[in-house]
Amino acid sequence: MTANEPTARARLTRVLAQRQAETADHWVQLQRERQLYGPGMDEDALREEADGLVAALSDGLAAELPIERVVVGHPPLREAVRELSLRRARAGTSPTETSLAVLALKEALLETVEQEDLGTRALLELALVINRLLDAAGALSFETYVEGREEIIQRQSRQLLELSTPVVHLWQKVLAVPLIGNLDTARSQVVMENLLEAIQSREASVAIIDITGVPTVDTSVAQHLMQTVKAVRLMGADCVISGVRPGIAQTIVQLGIDLSDILTRATLADALATAMNLTGERNDEAEVRRLS
Amino acid sequence: MTVPGATQTNLEATVPILRLGDTLVTGLLSELDDKQATALAEELTTRIAEDRARGVLLDISRLEIIDSFVARALMELSTMAQLLGARVIVAGMRPPVAITLVELGIELTGVETALNAEEGMAALGWHRSRDGRGFGE
Amino acid sequence: MTPAGGRPGGAPSSPAAAGTTKPGSPPDEPHTYQVRTEDDLLTVRHAVRAASQDLGFPLVDQTRVVTAASELARNALVHGGGGTVAVEPLHRPGGVGLRLVVSDKGPGIADLEGALTDGFTTGSGLGHGLGGAQRLMHTFDVCSSPGAGTTITAVRWRTR
Repeated sequence: MTANEPTARARLTRVLAQRQAETADHWVQLQRERQLYGPGMDEDALREEADGLVAALSDGLAAELPIERVVVGHPPLREAVRELSLRRARAGTSPTETSLAVLALKEALLETVEQEDLGTRALLELALVINRLLDAAGALSFETYVEGREEIIQRQSRQLLELSTPVVHLWQKVLAVPLIGNLDTARSQVVMENLLEAIQSREASVAIIDITGVPTVDTSVAQHLMQTVKAVRLMGADCVISGVRPGIAQTIVQLGIDLSDILTRATLADALATAMNLTGERNDEAEVRRLS
Repeated sequence: MTVPGATQTNLEATVPILRLGDTLVTGLLSELDDKQATALAEELTTRIAEDRARGVLLDISRLEIIDSFVARALMELSTMAQLLGARVIVAGMRPPVAITLVELGIELTGVETALNAEEGMAALGWHRSRDGRGFGE
Repeated sequence: MTPAGGRPGGAPSSPAAAGTTKPGSPPDEPHTYQVRTEDDLLTVRHAVRAASQDLGFPLVDQTRVVTAASELARNALVHGGGGTVAVEPLHRPGGVGLRLVVSDKGPGIADLEGALTDGFTTGSGLGHGLGGAQRLMHTFDVCSSPGAGTTITAVRWRTR
């Protein structure tokens, strides 16, 4: 910290408080000239964003925080910077454009203080303060941007998950879910939801879960399968697991997983035959009722 | 076993119990509080004995939540019914309720389930009592 | 019963997702509900249902949080002799969620590990209260010491 920092900060706080609208205007103008915002943002949104952030910056500067901590330590300002980055991450603005947009605020601030009649020395001090203040904003913006992209990736993988777990209507009252790939918690929840919804809407009485395409069955995969089977039973339907290869059967035994309560078959064809038997029994019952 | 008067009135207003041959049929509303769950189990148990019912169909297709208290009431009802010689079939559980119960770690051990009321009635074989085969007198 | 925090029936209806919340929008405020009788459990359930609906939770997730709230509130009633449930919608830049804070001034949980294990129970119920509720939420923190009561803070985020 230089000896003159408090003076420079006080000066910046005063100047900014007086020239908020002007600074925000200038910042918007810089972003527009350089096209530093995504296609989803119009002039009004940009202006509103700039006004909010500059006002928060002005308040933050007046608070009792070390200059480097103003951005992260003053909640309204921190949120404004995060919002800015997330909005751009979602709109598909590139990370470079996003950080340049934040850095453009430095420029806008510098131009604002230049309006004041100050000596070179004082201006230099002010420039240093502005730099220390906004470097934190750059870092926070980058971090948040990554978070925002992360969120989009998660949403997309969720959508992909929905697509990759189709429920097939195999036979009258028989549904099948062919599982391909690893069965983690998120995936097994999607499978369970889709399967139960289909059982309800199709009034299916047997659900076949085919694990031919599942590379390994460990304790957690077995647990997910058992949960799905239990939920299917609570709905009042039966569940058959097919595609239990010799290798998988061996692993199941070695791990000491108890699947004895669950109907398993080696192939989907075997499972379908079993399922048809199960529904046949039910149909007989229904027929007796009609006759009587 | 007796049901306190106030609770009975409350229960009767919300869930009527019908008798079809040797089967008792009742449909629950969207929600069941602790008092109603206990009262329903007691009322059904009493009716099983009084009406000499062989089966109970509980249509839960409108029930939006089953927590551990209601689950326990259902399991106790099943056990008591079995002791009195009757089967209890819980029909039409909604998918979100089934998923939540499994995650809660509750399997409704001993409770029989059916996809919907129709399947439940078929499983109870209420038709057989009409032509004199099977259950009933 | 009236919620201590004002508006009955849950959070303000805002269909807006996290990202579209404008910087100037009012902050999320928790609504606190008293749990003194069995009837209060219903009020808590309804409040949690309404709040999770407002947040756009899918039906399965609504059922999860409502069930978890029911379990935790009953625990506070049965073991803690009554308490409070705070229902707080969260709008964070990283996502949308619902926080439940369930407190009682009861005897506290002496064996926390045991209480979180399935099958453990010291009152009525199945012994699934804590462990089960934990599985229905994304984060679950228990703060308890013998004689000083119990506070459970649990969050479920909207995943879709």
